[in-house]
Amino acid sequence: MSTAYQPDSLKEALRLRGETGAIPFAGGTDLMVRHKNWTGVPPAFPRDVLFLSPLRELQILERQGETLVVGAGVTFSRIAAFPETPEVLRRAVLSIAAPAIRNIATMTGNVCNASPAGDAICALYALEASVETRSIDSIRAVPIMQFITGPGHTILKKDELVTAIRIPLKPANIQVFRKVGTRKANALAKLSFAAVGTVKGGMIDALSLSFGAVGPTVVRSTELEKQMVGKTLAELKGIIPSLLNDYGATIVPIDDQRSTAAYRKQVALNLLESFLKKIGDREWGSFK
Amino acid sequence: MKELTFILNGKEIILTADPFKRLLDVLREDLKLTGVKEGCGEGECGACAVLLDGILVNSCLVPVGLVAGREVMTPEGLAETEKGKQIVEALANAGAVQCGFCSPGMAMAAAALLETNATPTEEEIREAISGNLCRCTGYDLIVEGIKEAAKREAGL
Repeated sequence: MSTAYQPDSLKEALRLRGETGAIPFAGGTDLMVRHKNWTGVPPAFPRDVLFLSPLRELQILERQGETLVVGAGVTFSRIAAFPETPEVLRRAVLSIAAPAIRNIATMTGNVCNASPAGDAICALYALEASVETRSIDSIRAVPIMQFITGPGHTILKKDELVTAIRIPLKPANIQVFRKVGTRKANALAKLSFAAVGTVKGGMIDALSLSFGAVGPTVVRSTELEKQMVGKTLAELKGIIPSLLNDYGATIVPIDDQRSTAAYRKQVALNLLESFLKKIGDREWGSFK
Repeated sequence: MKELTFILNGKEIILTADPFKRLLDVLREDLKLTGVKEGCGEGECGACAVLLDGILVNSCLVPVGLVAGREVMTPEGLAETEKGKQIVEALANAGAVQCGFCSPGMAMAAAALLETNATPTEEEIREAISGNLCRCTGYDLIVEGIKEAAKREAGL
């Protein structure tokens, strides 16, 4: 029989996490399904559970200087409605599930689940977000690319909780999110694609591209991005074949219940090709 | 087991329950409020939708421990409100109810939508019910019903 801890403060939550290693429970939309039981029988959690969503300290959603701070208890619905949310993230969030789930599911839960198909994660890689973790006596900020290490795996320690996601608010006139799934609502992604960047005077000033559900984690290659930055749009078009070839080597999907490796790879590269050919078109994130 | 107090359809209620038990099971089994249905039990179908502090949630995904001190409105409670009556009648008039299994969830989704958007577009209606599965109607009649409900509520 596991215990449901309902702490009144973050401090108490961190103490309980340190002492019991209880499972952090924010929105619970994944946990309640994962540990689901027969109808009428409460879900069977393998360990104690720490309910976090009522904590005020985790409800923060605000711009602090050039950073958007999203507390661990903030729901997708609040993020989608917040005026300072980067467009790429808003689009990713609105592609997740449906209103009733977005009303309780949290972005931090999505990040901690560490699914390569996590839609918010794909956008957060392209935005270079960092994950704020705390224990009773430590605090650290870890780039999301380092925080997630594999499917369902993160570097979160047994005495730590994620308290916030921090997103740099850099100007970006290209913000694209595309998701391919079986149904518009409530379908997990077969694959997803996010792009964040800036084109100035016909030249790529900054660009980061990420691909979801095509590898054990979201895929982003800073090496390949360096090949694109500094190029004019005409020059970029000239290197599309070599970029597709190089990205093809980083995109290594699997077959599973949602799609096949071959489909995922082909569609990911098709999306990349369309994006690179039409970069800046309204359809692909217009220049502001 | 834990003693919990919350507001259910406008009335304070005290009950003893396992805090992990799904709100859906507490409503249907302990409180005999069977307006909420269990379709999928995974948050995919919306048949168990309720309003929690006025926002739409799937009661199969909410452990009852998290409901303490909050307000829950079920389809039974909605049907007693003036706005709820308009939604129920509008859905019935539009022929939006066939087998009826999804209808309580559709009514809750419509209520949540109309609470924040009194004059929704068709696209907004479809987004609002995107988490509610119906296997009978093909949705068009439900959308028509919600359009009618919006007009009826405007006359209240």
